[in-house]
This record gives sequence, structure tokens and C-alpha cells, in this order.
Amino acid sequence: MAQVFAYLVHTDGVLDDSAMELVVAAKAVGDDVTAIVTGSGIDAVADEAAKIFPKVIKIDDAALAYPNAEVVRKALLTVIPAGSIVLFANNTFAMDCAPGLSIKMDAAYVSDIIGLEADGTTLKTVRQEFGGEVNTHVDVDASNGAVVALRPGTFAADESKSAGGSVEAAAAGDLSAKRKFIEIVEPEAGDVDITKADLLVSIGRGIEDEDNIEMAHELAEALGAGAEVSCSRPIVDAKWLEPSRQVGTSGCTVKPKVYLACGISGSFQHLGGIKGGFMIAINKSENAPIFQVADVGIVADILEFLPELTEAVNDL
Amino acid sequence: MEILVCVKRVPDSAENEIEMNAEGNDIERDDLVFSVNEWDNYAVEEAIQIVDKVGGTVTVVTVGDDESDEVLRREMAMGAAKGILLTDDAFEGSDCKGVATILKGCVDKGNYDLIFTGAQADEGAGAVGGMLAAMLDYPYASLVNKIETGDGKLTVGREIEGGNQEMNEIEMPCVLSIQTGINEPRYVGIRGIRQVSGVEIPEFGAADLGVDAAAVGEAGAKVKKADYFVPEAGDGAEMLEGSNEEIIEKLIEILKANGGLQ
Repeated sequence: MAQVFAYLVHTDGVLDDSAMELVVAAKAVGDDVTAIVTGSGIDAVADEAAKIFPKVIKIDDAALAYPNAEVVRKALLTVIPAGSIVLFANNTFAMDCAPGLSIKMDAAYVSDIIGLEADGTTLKTVRQEFGGEVNTHVDVDASNGAVVALRPGTFAADESKSAGGSVEAAAAGDLSAKRKFIEIVEPEAGDVDITKADLLVSIGRGIEDEDNIEMAHELAEALGAGAEVSCSRPIVDAKWLEPSRQVGTSGCTVKPKVYLACGISGSFQHLGGIKGGFMIAINKSENAPIFQVADVGIVADILEFLPELTEAVNDL
Repeated sequence: MEILVCVKRVPDSAENEIEMNAEGNDIERDDLVFSVNEWDNYAVEEAIQIVDKVGGTVTVVTVGDDESDEVLRREMAMGAAKGILLTDDAFEGSDCKGVATILKGCVDKGNYDLIFTGAQADEGAGAVGGMLAAMLDYPYASLVNKIETGDGKLTVGREIEGGNQEMNEIEMPCVLSIQTGINEPRYVGIRGIRQVSGVEIPEFGAADLGVDAAAVGEAGAKVKKADYFVPEAGDGAEMLEGSNEEIIEKLIEILKANGGLQ
């Protein structure tokens, strides 16, 4: 059976929680499971990883201080034998590194999976399409290895930290690269802080036109001081609202008391930014995936419904 | 600057209600409305803006069939000077690696400084750009939301978690996958499309590209979709029904009960 490796990410010396899920996924596809951590001055991170994985390979090099995908790929290729299965948490680093790694390994690649099991040298995976309206069974020929990016939440994490694993240091070799990391630019603070709001009137594609944004502002105003307007990604892409109002993995993480999702289909990336609260979804499509996760759903066209709701709240 | 933008014809998620077919193993494809992948419009717009600034040519390419002609012409109406259609029976059923292999054949025939893809397309894999770069031994950056041109290199911003932007310097030639929001793609009218309707679009197959037919298509695919299915629904939302007036009355009670309305 193929060796299984999991690449672990860490930030500011703290191992990402995805490690506790990746170990479960790795054990689901093989018996010989090893974590890999790369960075500069990462003894503490490697020791933390060894509480979760039976074996940890640590590649410590100044050139790896920031996880530049091109440099990390070179480092990984020095320690991963051909034919291995390599797991990543599906995040912006994996999107940068994993496809190219699969080519250099001459291995199969599958990303953003939400189900994984091994059947001989085939990996049986599940993926979503059309924003989660339908799923697909995807069979991956791993006979010459596979690189797999796993959506967080696919497996229940093993939080026991009882692995008592060993840490082995590996040398990286040549880490020259044609791409150099410069800096991280943090988002500009907006006029409003949606992360502090009690109630969010959050709008998506269903608002259809920039002129209709006012409907959401009017409702938020009617609902009182704790209410703000937030939105999903397409609204920011269209420049109808500022980026500081975007909820999702590429925007803000929010935890209001009530989240009123208006004309939002409910993509994984959007839902990833909502941590708790009571969710009410209004969408004109009864098949919208948002209704699977909302507490209360209303099938309606928000362009008609929101003004009526605003009027009713104002009449209270 | 010679820029190649890889585009794809996809089912338009805004225009389609996705339903399962009668056999329950695939989506109903008969009445699907297709358009160009949303991310690709941003990639083409970015390429045009760069060429407007520093000179050069934008070429759009797709792996597809006769019906892909319309997406190439749409992007040419935006301002891409040339279109290329990569088409061959042997290409059918390609996985991401197969598509990247075919595109590499096209890149090898040209002399491009920059290659763009959309950050992802309809299947959400986001893999073709990174694979193509690795095959070419070019540097790669994904999820690019800012590009500044320089001498033989670029400064590019990548969208990473939490709204942060990761700035990188990258040597050319390189491959970049372009994220939505990097620019505002220009509008394309019927008239614009009519103006490019007569432009010849060269077609290349496996033999023209020097691509081994066994390495692409169904035969070369290591990643295969077995079937489609509707995910098992969880408990789902409690749906409020009735007239709008009745629904709003209930909704206001719910808002009050959950602290959303004092």
C-alpha cells in the first residue's frame, strides 16, 4: 500500500487545526502515515504535529520562512517518494502548490473533495458541482500516486493529540525559485465593522442591480442600531459594496445573532465565513443550497419581499 | 507582451436550474444554457488592459468543439486579437491534466510571455493553470487579484484567506490564474460580436500540437467522474409558507425571538 503524506500549514508558529482532520483522512487511505511541516524555526510546530501524527518530517530552512508554493513544492519533492498519496487541506496554499506537485510526481490530482475512501489503488472521492446543487462520485487512479486537496469538514477531526509521534529532520536541497514572496497586505478597514453587528442583512446575486442595494440599507436601518448590510462575493466583485462588507473565506468571518441571507445561493466559500447565529434565508429558487443550512427559509423574490418587510418593520 | 488566455465554455450557473436526468446518473443536459466561464472574462480583460499599456497581443484559446467558437468570438469582441480552437476527437473526456497537456502543445507552438487561466471553472478544480506551469517549468501564481508589469517580471497579488493579499515578484514567462474582482470586464454587445464574426479561427488537433493522443482524453484520464447524484439533504430550513403578509408576520416574531429585533 502506498505511503500517505499530509502537508500541514501553520501561521505565526501555530499549527492549523486542519492537521487533526488530515490525520483521519490519511488513515482512511493508508497505514503508513507521515506529516510534513516546512518553515524556518519550526521545532514547536513539528512537536505539536507529532502529537497528532505517528511520524513527522520537518524541513527547516530560511528559504521556507514563508510558504511560497514553488519553494515548498521543491522541498516536498525531496522527501516524498514516487507513488505516494499526498493530502492537503483545500485552501489558497493548496490551490497554489498541489496541481503542480501532482505533475512533478506524475500522479493524479483531485481538489476540493468532500468524501474519500480507498478501493485498491483507486481513490473513491466525492465532489460538489454547481455550487452544491449536485454532487459527483469521482474515481481517481492512484496507481502512480495521487495528490488530494480535502475540503475542511470532510472528516471529523481527531482532537485527542495522543499520537506520541516522532520527528525526523530532512534537508531541503536546492530551493531557488522564479517567484519571490514580498509581503502580506492586510485589507483596508471599512466604514463599518460587520463582525460586530447583531444582525446582518446580507445580499447576494439575487439583488440583481446596484440600484437595488438601497433596499438592503433601508431594511437594516428599519431593524435598528445593531443591524448592518453585508454581502457575498459577487457584490464586491461588481464593486457595488466595499470589500469590508464581504462575508466568506476570502472576506470577513461573522457571528451575528441573526443572519438574514437575501438572494444568496449558499456557496461553501460564503458559508465558511458564518460562525454561528440564527440563519434566515430568502431565495427565489427552492433548490438553493442555502436552504440546507438555514434555520428558517422563505421562497420569495427579495426585490419584492425586502421592501414589504421593511414597511412592516417600520409599522411596528 | 504576448499574452495567451485559456478560456472555457461552461453551463451558465445563473441561467440554469440544475436537475437530474431520468436515469439519475447525470444532470439533465438537453436545455443547458452555456456561456464563457465567468473567471475567464476577468482574465481576458486583464490581458487587454496590460497590452493597452505596454503593447503586444492577446490570444484566446480553448479546448473544445465547434460550439466553443462562440466563446472565443465573445472574448475577441472584448479585444483579444486572435482566437485558437484546440479540437480533436481524442481530446474528449480529458481530465485537468489532459487539458493542461493539450494547452502545453499550443503554448509550445507560440512565443508567449504570459499565460492566464481563470482561477477556476464550472467544475471548481482550479488545477489547469498550475499543471500547465509545472509542465512548462514556468513559475505560477494562483488566485491573482493584482498585476503590475515590470522589466522581465511582474508584481502580482494573490487573494488569500481573510481578505489578505499576498504580494509576489514573478519572472516571465509565467502562468497566472486570475481571480474575479481584479477588474471590471467590459461589456460586449451584439455589434461587437458581429464585427469579429468573419475572423478566421485556426483549429489544431493532437497531431498538429505534437500531443500523444493516448495521454489525453478518456484514455489518458486518471480522474474520472463516475456519476452525479443529489446530496442527501440534512434537516434543512423550516420553510415559512403563506401570503407575504403572513410570512412577514411570522418572520418578525422569529427576528424578535432571536435577538434580531428589539
